Amino acid sequence: MSAVLHPALPAAQPRCLRCWAVVALLLLATLASFGYLAIDYRALASAESLRLMGRFIAEFFPPDLSPAFLAKAGWGALQTLAVSALGSLLAAAAGALLALPASGRSGAAARLACRFVLNLLRSVPELVWAALMVLAVGIGPFAGALALALHTTGVLGRLFAESLENAPREPEQALLQGGATAPAAFGYGSLPLVLPQWLAYTLYRWEMNIRMAAVLGFVGGGGLGQMLYFHMSIFQQQQAMTVLIAMFVLVAGVDAASAALRRTLDTAHA
Amino acid sequence: MSREGSSGGDGTQALRDPAARRRLIGLLAGLAICWPMLQLAEFNPLALLGPGSLQVIANFLGGFLPPATQPDFLALLARATLETLAMATAGTALAFVIGAPLALVATRALSRSRIGPGPGRWRAAALRRAARTVSMVLRAVPEIVWALIFVRALGLGPAAAVLALAITYGGMLGKVYAEVLESTDTRPARALLESGSGRIAALCYGLLPNCARELSSYTVYRWECAVRASVVMGFVGAGGLGQLMDQSMKMLNGGEASSILLVFLALVLCADALSNALRRLLE
Repeated sequence: MSAVLHPALPAAQPRCLRCWAVVALLLLATLASFGYLAIDYRALASAESLRLMGRFIAEFFPPDLSPAFLAKAGWGALQTLAVSALGSLLAAAAGALLALPASGRSGAAARLACRFVLNLLRSVPELVWAALMVLAVGIGPFAGALALALHTTGVLGRLFAESLENAPREPEQALLQGGATAPAAFGYGSLPLVLPQWLAYTLYRWEMNIRMAAVLGFVGGGGLGQMLYFHMSIFQQQQAMTVLIAMFVLVAGVDAASAALRRTLDTAHA
Repeated sequence: MSREGSSGGDGTQALRDPAARRRLIGLLAGLAICWPMLQLAEFNPLALLGPGSLQVIANFLGGFLPPATQPDFLALLARATLETLAMATAGTALAFVIGAPLALVATRALSRSRIGPGPGRWRAAALRRAARTVSMVLRAVPEIVWALIFVRALGLGPAAAVLALAITYGGMLGKVYAEVLESTDTRPARALLESGSGRIAALCYGLLPNCARELSSYTVYRWECAVRASVVMGFVGAGGLGQLMDQSMKMLNGGEASSILLVFLALVLCADALSNALRRLLE
């Protein structure tokens, strides 16, 4: 990347060799992936497949805008909103609890154990959690919320622990040495430092969860996803289109709301 | 937000908690907002503890141990893992090809027209808005819906999954890249632009030194998400770990499912290591 070097600036030659090696490796991995999949991209642009796709998309129009169905879609949207918000909220609470030991406050062993639990929660995909939760609490929105919460706990717990580790320790230490109890020292020494960032992370995950909540409906997580799955599987494309529009409005609204809220929190981008 | 410290004055002032009232109000407001939400989501933690459901979960999780290690299943698992990795990598690469130009157009940090009054100011603003709208449309429709659309044209297989990932994640990358570029210190890039450099040069020398680490770790994180999304893609017959998982779960074969989950765990840990290594390299 260093074609023009000013004499006053230190040259970055030795590093760049490694940079280029990494770039070459990444390119190689990408090319190997495309080669391995052997996708026939000409098929995508062929007249036959374009016609098929066009006909499929045309079946979605016009969307079903009858008042009764609109009300149903609105109810589904509210349910999806509730599922995603509840999932994020539960995850934020559980993530905060797990982040305390995961940031090394109760010894190295607890730190490692908690990090492992968080990684485990995170690496199991939401859909698999949803399938498990449907077994546990039955088909419905609560299963979806629990599935989102379990996965998001893993993500948020890790992020929360990292921001706790990056925050300065001195205020909490000072309170502890001044005779405050441990919860009070945490609540008044460390929590105010990390809370804006925690909120930003939570809002950011909420944005992602609203999208995921829509997908979870496919395995019985309630809300818009379940409606979409139902109508698509019985070939009612026009109803499905209405559900898609509702999903779109919901995602766009949550995106805008969360971005605006995060901007007011005065932290760098999560 | 209430201002604290206006009341008080008796002898207990030293013990008064300065933030208590504000936190209490916040908590009550939160609960008031949450109540209808809990109703809508049919919140019922007791269902989790019912004797029937505990039994079901225990039986199912009991089946997870030991993980399946038959040689023929392991061979199948290895092939599915390769397929998933290839799909995730190809999808993320295409998403980068879609997202990076979108971000370049959409970001305010690289705007020449914003430097001062001049012709084309409104046109540039409209162009930025258009790029933001495109990336919003791309990411607002879930990947499974895109996959279902592409399956009609391309048939069952990895092609539909790769394209669906590319479109959804392209929209996300475009938005997040643009936000990251705007949230770092934009003064170096602005100085370069003001002294007449091109936008690409301003990006490379003004912005990337500050935010290359964040951009790369977000891209790796998206790749990790793409690996997990292969479970979603199992629905459209894209092959890979998702389809294997679907089969194992449907046959309630816990051993196979736990082997697959262990592979997911390993892949996520790999993504973490890759992200850390890239960060160190760009330090």
